[in-house]
Amino acid sequence: MLVSTKWLSEYVNIEGIAVADLAEKITRSGIEVDSIIDRSHDMTNVVVGYVVECVKHPEADKLNICQVDVGEETTQIICGASNVAAGQKVIVARPGAVLPGGMKIKKAKLRGEESNGMICSLQELAIEGKLVPKAYAEGIYVLPESAVPGSDALPLLGLDDQVLEFDLTPNRSDALSMIGVAYEVGAILSQGIQLPEITYTASNEKAEDMLKLRIDAKEDNPMYVAKVVKNVKVEASPLWLQNRLMAAGVRPHNNVVDITNFVLMEYGQPLHAFDYDRLETGEIAVRLAEQGEKITTLDDAERTLEAHQLVITNGKEPVAIAGVMGGLNTEVHDGTTTVVIESAYFAPGSVRRTSRELGLRSDASTRFEKGVDPNRVEAAAERAAQLMAEIAGGEVLAGSVIVDELDKTPVRITVSPDYINNRLGMKIPLEEMLAILDGLQIPTEAVNGKLIIDAPTRRQDLRIQEDIIEEIARMYGYDLIPMTLPVTESTPGGLSPYQSKRRTVRAFLEGAGLYQALTYSLTSKEQAQSYALETAPVTELLMPMSEDRSILRQSLIPHLLEAATYNVARRMESVALYETGSVFLGEQEDGLPQEVEHVAAVITGKWVDHAWQAETKSVDFFVLKGIVEGMMDSLGLVEGLSFEQTVLDGMHPGRTANIFQNGKRIGLIGQIHPTEQKKRDLKNTYVMEMNLAKILAIETDELLYVPVPRFPSSSRDIALVVSSGTSAGMLRDVIRSAGGKLLKDVRLFDLYEGDNVEEGKKSLAFSLTYADPERTLTDEEVVKAHGKVLNALTTEAGALLRG
Amino acid sequence: MEAQLELLKVEALAKIEAASDVKSLNDVRVAYLGKKGPITDLLKGMGKLPAEERPKIGALVNVIRESVTEILEDRMAKLEELAINEQLEKESIDVTLPGRPARTGNHHPLTRVVEEIEDFFISMGYEIAEGPEVEKDYYNFEALNLPKGHPARDMQDSFYISEDILLRTHTSPVQARTMEAKGGAPIKIICPGKVYRRDSDDATHSHQFTQIEGLVIGEDIRMSDLKGTLSLFAKKMFGDEREIRLRPSFFPFTEPSVEMDISCFKCGGDGCNVCKKTGWIEILGAGMVHPNVLKMAGYDPAVVSGFAFGMGPERIAMLKYGVEDIRHFYTNDVRFVSQFHRTEA
Ligand SMILES: [Zn+2]
Repeated sequence: MLVSTKWLSEYVNIEGIAVADLAEKITRSGIEVDSIIDRSHDMTNVVVGYVVECVKHPEADKLNICQVDVGEETTQIICGASNVAAGQKVIVARPGAVLPGGMKIKKAKLRGEESNGMICSLQELAIEGKLVPKAYAEGIYVLPESAVPGSDALPLLGLDDQVLEFDLTPNRSDALSMIGVAYEVGAILSQGIQLPEITYTASNEKAEDMLKLRIDAKEDNPMYVAKVVKNVKVEASPLWLQNRLMAAGVRPHNNVVDITNFVLMEYGQPLHAFDYDRLETGEIAVRLAEQGEKITTLDDAERTLEAHQLVITNGKEPVAIAGVMGGLNTEVHDGTTTVVIESAYFAPGSVRRTSRELGLRSDASTRFEKGVDPNRVEAAAERAAQLMAEIAGGEVLAGSVIVDELDKTPVRITVSPDYINNRLGMKIPLEEMLAILDGLQIPTEAVNGKLIIDAPTRRQDLRIQEDIIEEIARMYGYDLIPMTLPVTESTPGGLSPYQSKRRTVRAFLEGAGLYQALTYSLTSKEQAQSYALETAPVTELLMPMSEDRSILRQSLIPHLLEAATYNVARRMESVALYETGSVFLGEQEDGLPQEVEHVAAVITGKWVDHAWQAETKSVDFFVLKGIVEGMMDSLGLVEGLSFEQTVLDGMHPGRTANIFQNGKRIGLIGQIHPTEQKKRDLKNTYVMEMNLAKILAIETDELLYVPVPRFPSSSRDIALVVSSGTSAGMLRDVIRSAGGKLLKDVRLFDLYEGDNVEEGKKSLAFSLTYADPERTLTDEEVVKAHGKVLNALTTEAGALLRG
Repeated sequence: MEAQLELLKVEALAKIEAASDVKSLNDVRVAYLGKKGPITDLLKGMGKLPAEERPKIGALVNVIRESVTEILEDRMAKLEELAINEQLEKESIDVTLPGRPARTGNHHPLTRVVEEIEDFFISMGYEIAEGPEVEKDYYNFEALNLPKGHPARDMQDSFYISEDILLRTHTSPVQARTMEAKGGAPIKIICPGKVYRRDSDDATHSHQFTQIEGLVIGEDIRMSDLKGTLSLFAKKMFGDEREIRLRPSFFPFTEPSVEMDISCFKCGGDGCNVCKKTGWIEILGAGMVHPNVLKMAGYDPAVVSGFAFGMGPERIAMLKYGVEDIRHFYTNDVRFVSQFHRTEA
C-alpha cells in the first residue's frame, strides 16, 4: 500500500511532523513502513512552459525547434518528442535543473540549434512508465491549459509529496484504504479525522426505474448497491485526480474509471462501472457461472468459467467476474453517457478462489479477499456518484438499487482490565485503556469493571480479547512493557540422551577430520534410492518445482557425492565431509513416511598431506573404517562391531562391506565403483552411511574404570601363511577364542603377499599379549596358552606357522 | 723428589691443556692419575724415603694429585659442554618450516548457530523438542489457527505430498505436537529443524532452510516474560550491549504478535549498511500463544497462557558472519564450511 502524505493530509492533520518521524511512529505502533519515497527527488527549476511555436529542425527529422514561454522569457528548446506541438502547456526543465537519476540540464546546441532546457515526459520525472496515462506514454506530458507558464511544475503534478510504502500484515486490511490509514494515524497522533462529506443533487428520475437487480447467489454476494449516472462526459480526469492515482500506484485512464479507482483507494471498497447502454437489458443479475461459460475480460482475454465462480450478468450473459475483473462487452468508453456504478460485498473465499483459479489478482480482488467493510459499501457508491457529478458532469439518479442481506453488526468483545494487565505483565490504568480505544475510535463502555467493546466493522481483525490486548499494548507502547522471566516450576532442561549422543558423534567425526555438510532432503527420482542402506516406497511431491527436487531421499550419499564433485571441480581435491540427517522410508500407519536419522560420510583425495617430510597418503578403505570404529568406540559400541564383505550397486565389488553391531546390520562402507567415480569426475572415493537412530538407541553400560595392570604382561609374536582368501578377522577370532582369558590383546603387525610367499597365499604376523591382573604369569603358563593358539591356527584356520 | 713432582705436574697440565676432546682427556686422566700412572708410582716408591720425609712428600703428592684432578675435571666439563654444543648445533632445525597439519573438521555454520541458541536456552531450563519434517496438514496449519482456506496457507507456498500431508513449512508443528502430548502440563521447549517452502533458490531464498522456535506454556505467563527472555537471549547471542525493541506484527498462531529488533551490533545503533541505516536489525518473530492454539491442544486459555518465538538460523548466521548469499549454506564448499572452526570472544 502506497500512502501519499499529501493525500493523507486531507483526512488527518499531519502538519508539522517530519515524514520520517511519522513513519517511525506508524511502524512502532503497528504497521511497518518499508520505505519513504520522496516524489520530488529534490528537483528544482522544473516549470510550466507554453509552446509558442514549433517547427521541424532543418538538419534532423525527428527534432523540433520550439519557442517556449517559461514565464520570465520565451526561449528556444529542441524537443525530440513526436507529440510536441504549438499551443501546449508542457513541463520544462530549465538549465540548472537536476532530474531524478542525476541528469543535469545545461544549455546545449543540437545540430547547430541552441537548446535552453528540456521538455519533459513524466518518466523523466521518475514516474513509472506503467503509471503514465496511455496518451503520454510515448512522449512528453501535456499539462492542462490552466497551467501558468513559469510556475513550479512540481506542485501542479503533485510531486511535492512523500509517499509511505506500507508492508501490511494480512490482518491489517483496514489499512488498505486512505481512510483506514487516517484512523490509524489519527489514533497515533491523538487527534480526530475528517471523512469526506458527500453531497450532490440527485435528479428526479429514480435509479430503480432504469435498472433491475437480482441476486441469485446471496451467500457469495450478500450485498449489492447499484447507482445510475446519466449524461456523463467521458474524458481525461482533472490533474489532481490523476496525481492522486499515480501517487497510489494506479494508472489514470478516464474520469469514470479513475473515479472508481480513487474511491477504491480512499474507502478500500472496490467499485466497477458498467456502460448502461452496453448492458442492453437494463438489468443486473448476479449468479454462479455455468460450467464452461465464457467471458472476455477487460484485458481482452477470453476466460472459461467454472460453476462455482460468481459472475455479474445482464440477465443473459456474464458482464463481469464478480470482484475480479469486468467484461470487455460493457466497458466504459469515450462515447459512454450512462454509467452503472457497482458497489458490492463479495464473499472473501469466493473471490480468493476465483482470482487464484484465473490467475487474476488486482487491487479489487486483494481487498475483497480480505473482506471489505460492510458499512462502507453504500457510502463508497455515493462517493463515486458525487465525484461523477462533480467531475464528469453526470446526473445522478435518485436512490440506489440495493439488495442487502449482509450482517453489519459489530463483534462484541468483553474483557477485564485485569486480564489485559495479567497477560501483558503491566499495570495500565483503566482510564488509559479507555483513552487508547477512544483514540482508535473503537466504541467501548466500562461496565462493572469490564470493558465492553463493539469492534468497528472496518477492523475485521478485532474478534477476541487478545485482539484488544494487542490494540492496547501497541498503542501504549511495547517499550513500556517491563522485562521479567517466567515464574514456572523450575525444570532442569537439557539434551535428551539421544541428542547428547548425536553431539558426541558430530564432535568425534569433526575431531577425526570431517567437515559437517548440509544437503537437501529433496532429490531426483534417479538418486532417491541409490546407495540406500534400506529402501522402501518413496515419498513424492504432488507439485515439484523441478525434477531434481521432486522426491524425498532414502540415502544421504548421493548429495554428499555431489558436494565432493563440486569441491573437486574447484581444485579442492581432498574432501572429507559428513552429514547427519533424515531419510524418508515408506509410509507409517499415520500416513507419514518413517523418518530415520542417518549419518554418512564421504572422503576423497589425500588423507595425510605433508609432502616435505614425505608423509602423504591417499584415502583408502581403512581410513574410513578407522573413523567408523572410532565413532562407535566413542559411543561404547565398538564391542560387537563387525564388517562383512558384500556387493552393493554402485560400489566397488571388492572394497565394500556391511557394518554390523551384534549381528544387526547398521550401515555400509566402501569405495564408489570406479565407473561411477568417473561419471562424477572423482578419483578414489570412499563413503559410509549408518543408521544413526538405531545406533543411538542402543543403551550402553555405565562407564566404570578397569584397574590399570599391576603385573607385567608377556608378548609372543606369530608369523603364519594362509591362503589369500582367508580373512584377517577370522584369524583374529580364532586366536581370541583359543587364547582364553589370559590373552589380553591381539594385534596384526605385518601383512605380505608376493616374493617369497607361495602363489595364492599370504603371510601375516600377529603380536599377542598375555597377562593376569592378579599376578605375574609364569613362562609355563604363557607357553601353554600360546600353544593352544598355535594349535587352533593350524587345525581350525589351516595356517602354516613360520619360524 | 719434589722437583720430580713439580715436573710431573707441569707435564700433566700441559697434556690436559692439549687434550681437545673428551676421549683424549680421559687418556690423560688414565696416564697420570690411573693405577699405573706416574703419581701412583711415586706413592708406591714412598717406602724408600726416610720416615721423617714421608708425611711431607705424601702431603705434597696429594696436593699435586688434587690440583691436577681439579684442573682435569674442569677441563672435562668444558670439553663435555663443547661436545654437547656441537651435537646441538648439528640437530638445529629450520623452525619456519611448515608443521605437520593436524586433521580437523568443524560444525556447519548453521549447526554452530543452532547449538549456541540451544545451549543458551538449556541453561534457562528448556528442553529440545524435535518432530517430523513431513507433517500432517493438521499440525502444520490447523492446530496453529490456520484453518483450511486461510490466506496465509497458500497451497502454492508449500510442498504437498497429498491433500493432508506436506513438508513442514515451519517448526511450529513440533510445538503443536508437544502441547498435545503434554496433556495440559507446563512446557519449556526449543524446536530446531529443517523446513521447506516452494521458493526458487536465490541469494535470499532457499526451498530448504532451518528454523528454531521456542515455546513456554504455564499459568500466568506474561508478555513481559517474553520480553525479558528475549532480551537475555539477544545479549547472550549478540553482545551485552544489545538493546531490544518489539514492534507489532502478525502471526496466525500468536496474539498479540511482535517482531523483535536488536540494536545493530555493527554500528551500535548509529546506522550502517548492516542495519540499513536504521540502527536496528530484525531478528525474530514472537508473541503470546493464540487462545485457539491453546484450546486445540487441550489447554484452557482462561487459566494457562504462553509465549512463542521463532527465528531463522540462516539469517542469524548471515548477519553474524556477514554471509551475503544463503546458497553458501547448502553448497558445502569446503572453503566456506572450514571457516567456521574457531572460537569467538
Ligand atoms: Zn548498523
